[in-house]
Amino acid sequence: MGRYILKRLGYLLVTMWIIITATFFLMNTLPGDPVQTGTKLLPEAVAQNLRVKWGFDKPVTHRYVIYLNNLLHGDFGESMKTPGLTANAIIRDKFPASARLGLQAITFGLLVGLILGIIAAFKRNTWIDYTVIFIAIAGISIPSFVLAALLQKVIGGSLLPIIGWPSTNVWLSGFEYTILPTLAASFGSIATYSRFMRTSVLEVLNNDYILTAKAKGLSRREIVQKHVLRNSLIPIITIFAPQMAGIVTGSFVIERIFCIPGLGMYYVESINGRDFPMIMATTIFFSFFFIISIVLMDILYGIIDPRVRVSGEKR
Amino acid sequence: MIKEYEQELFEVVGYDKEVADAIVRPNITYWKDAWRRLRKNKVAIFSMVTLLVIGLSCILIPILSRVDYTGQNVAMTHLKPGSQHWFGTDELGRDVFVRLWMGGRVSILIGLLGAVVSLVFGTLYGGISGYFGGLIDDIMMRIVEVIVGIPYMIVVILVSISLGKGLPSLIIALCITSWTGLARLVRGQVLQLKENEYVLASKALGASPMRIILKHLLPNTMSVIIVNTTFQIPGFMFAEAFLSFIGLGVQPPYTSWGAMAALGQQQMSYYPHELLFPAVAISLTMLTFNLLGDGLRDALDPKLRQ
Amino acid sequence: MTKLMEVKNLRVSFHTYAGEVQAVRDVSFSIDSGEAVAIVGESGCGKTVTSKSIMGLIPTPPGDIKENSSILYKGKDILKFSDKEWQKFRGAEAGMIFQDPMTSLNPTTKVGKQIMENLMVHRHMNKSEAFNEAVRMLEVVNIPNSRERVNDYPHQFSGGMRQRIMIAIALACNPRLLIADEPTTALDVTIQAQILELLKDIQKQFDTAVMLITHDLGVVAGMARNIIVMYAGQIIEKGTVDEVFKNARHPYTNSLLNAVPGLNLKSKVQLASIYGTPPDLLAPPAGCAFAGRCKFCMKICREQMPGVTKISSTHEASCWLQHSQAPRINIAEGIRGEQDG
Repeated sequence: MGRYILKRLGYLLVTMWIIITATFFLMNTLPGDPVQTGTKLLPEAVAQNLRVKWGFDKPVTHRYVIYLNNLLHGDFGESMKTPGLTANAIIRDKFPASARLGLQAITFGLLVGLILGIIAAFKRNTWIDYTVIFIAIAGISIPSFVLAALLQKVIGGSLLPIIGWPSTNVWLSGFEYTILPTLAASFGSIATYSRFMRTSVLEVLNNDYILTAKAKGLSRREIVQKHVLRNSLIPIITIFAPQMAGIVTGSFVIERIFCIPGLGMYYVESINGRDFPMIMATTIFFSFFFIISIVLMDILYGIIDPRVRVSGEKR
Repeated sequence: MIKEYEQELFEVVGYDKEVADAIVRPNITYWKDAWRRLRKNKVAIFSMVTLLVIGLSCILIPILSRVDYTGQNVAMTHLKPGSQHWFGTDELGRDVFVRLWMGGRVSILIGLLGAVVSLVFGTLYGGISGYFGGLIDDIMMRIVEVIVGIPYMIVVILVSISLGKGLPSLIIALCITSWTGLARLVRGQVLQLKENEYVLASKALGASPMRIILKHLLPNTMSVIIVNTTFQIPGFMFAEAFLSFIGLGVQPPYTSWGAMAALGQQQMSYYPHELLFPAVAISLTMLTFNLLGDGLRDALDPKLRQ
Repeated sequence: MTKLMEVKNLRVSFHTYAGEVQAVRDVSFSIDSGEAVAIVGESGCGKTVTSKSIMGLIPTPPGDIKENSSILYKGKDILKFSDKEWQKFRGAEAGMIFQDPMTSLNPTTKVGKQIMENLMVHRHMNKSEAFNEAVRMLEVVNIPNSRERVNDYPHQFSGGMRQRIMIAIALACNPRLLIADEPTTALDVTIQAQILELLKDIQKQFDTAVMLITHDLGVVAGMARNIIVMYAGQIIEKGTVDEVFKNARHPYTNSLLNAVPGLNLKSKVQLASIYGTPPDLLAPPAGCAFAGRCKFCMKICREQMPGVTKISSTHEASCWLQHSQAPRINIAEGIRGEQDG
């Protein structure tokens, strides 16, 4: 297991390095003057000062080394558009909103999705099953921005605030503001989880060891609790990480529609404003977050499935 | 107590050639059987017909209509659906009906293109990796693992920043990331299949690796590939819609369902039809692709064959 | 000997998209306490369906146990059991071992726990009592270092070891009936012998009735007292091992015996294969099910089902050749002769 984790961490480093390098060179080899991006041309002397300040006078490889070094020290850089504003400050400032939205959506989506999937599997070929299948297919067919708009139109306004986010005590206050965005962001995962869980439970139910459990004289409830659930959850873990990434990237849209001051919204803003250091910082942050979650899921996989724990390899 | 029978009944006649040799049930080929099952599935057939209608509309309506989809008319902005403009007009007075089918062209094109790239590259990559195994497989799969680790949206964003926003960036980004899932699937299938006797036999007869991959391994992984591709099309359309929605996708004067929905969303409170039509179009198309995919999976899954 | 279980007129069908498959067609037999019975037949002959019916493991639908079928266990018809009664019966009164030990253990649960479950449900043991009993059960089935291995997962055991664990699970509550459905088919030949030896020991030691289901007559010889031969969902011959092995009356039984290596004393004789394939149980033939593959098939065989002929108090066969009007044929010679020629 130790070796397995080390190997995963090794991959993590390689992948991160590739992403950082690719991002850096993509941003730094763009045609055009990185300083003269505004609508008004800056005086040449000012522009030259800025070039020196941002290191654009040095060769690109040199800048790459400096950038890597800064990253290693936890310095993500500074905004070009808003001088003095560091990426670290932005992440500290904006990430909690995104993280709360993400956590709420993941928890809600996972819970509801798994429960729906289990119910559908046990009520196979009944109207309950068909309803869940319908929700699942609708969930992956309706884009979250459509659903968000629908929620705003139908539920929002009189019952719940349709835009905005708690600005103080970001983790706990203003729950009513988070309800609609959470629903909109979790709908897709509800669909995915219920679908996968349903198939997974049905597959496990077909296994011989369920027959063994029945032949032991266990009750239906005991069979479900002790034999079905754990085994059918294993494949779910493998789709958990991509789902998480989906929620993170999906939040670009949700945050925009609901005017949530999160990192996703800021990311889109900095892309549209061509604020390169900030684009790079947020890209790297998002990727890191995504990759870490994949590695964590792999390790969790090993804990739940003893077959992985011993051989150190999936399957 | 023992009943008497006519003695002649006790004449030994031996084997009944016909009975013993008769093939008990008619032998149906895999594809015929799959088609038979698919045809029975009303939902899948309905999806196929709906998709066909949507596809034909996207091709024909912009050609046949005399309205230019970029034509603006400041005097006729935000019109409600009516006889003049069936689906109304948008904030620049453009006809939503014609724009919807033009946008559909882009959305569906991206979906199909992504699926084709993923199909060709993913299948070849996975096939080669699984077939050769060993060190080649190791290296190729490590590369996949690294690519899988990069979030798709990030790639699209990076590419569109460096190449400029628009269709080409979208497509390139799709090409970079879309094929990994299928490559893994195909590799898994090939790893299983290549141990089969008929592959060994073919090898012993001196068939080249390419021939074995194309003639034996791919046809047998076909069902997995088809089902996966059907599900990937809505996936790519989804991605396009997202990117267009946050302004990174298709740029004016071109449009797509995602871009139209983004514009519509801003007008939602007052002119809901501008969001409604593109939203319904995306959802309906994705729904039918997903339902078709479900139907295909049920029809092609050999485990269900009885 | 007292009758432990009596299967009467058991008929089981499965409803598939192609129609109703009549998997078991009017099967009756009984098992005495402490006795070992073997049910022999090729795949699809209904032997597994019969055993699953006894354990109440036939899923309905698509399965369908017909009316008038009854399975009496200690005089009670278990087919009329409620869910609760089934739970008390399974595991406690009857245990079952399945064909493939690789898939019949839960891969994510320690083997000890899988044995303990049984004990806690039926014998109401607490955790530590059940744990000790699980260790003891592993000793009974000859697993070395049982105190440590009880905490291992199934994938850490070999196929033979896993089948021993399955036996331990099935035996944990000391059931009166043990059903072993092809317990050795998935194992190496050397391991097969060990498992059979273990089953035999257990039958003697615990005085458990064993119902051994197999397609391999070689497996039966040393193990069972009585043999039931099934074909196309019906019993075509039953008797003691001696009677069936030395004096088989049905051509199918004779063909099966000829397909077993080593049992045939004239060892030069070639092993037999049986001509043709079994009938489709979607539409079973009107006459004898074996008629199409039978060398001695008579006209009547194709038209009417043969009745049961009692050869001795324990030996029965269902074949028209046993009828007084049938020509006198030495079936065993005839079938052997066929392979020589």
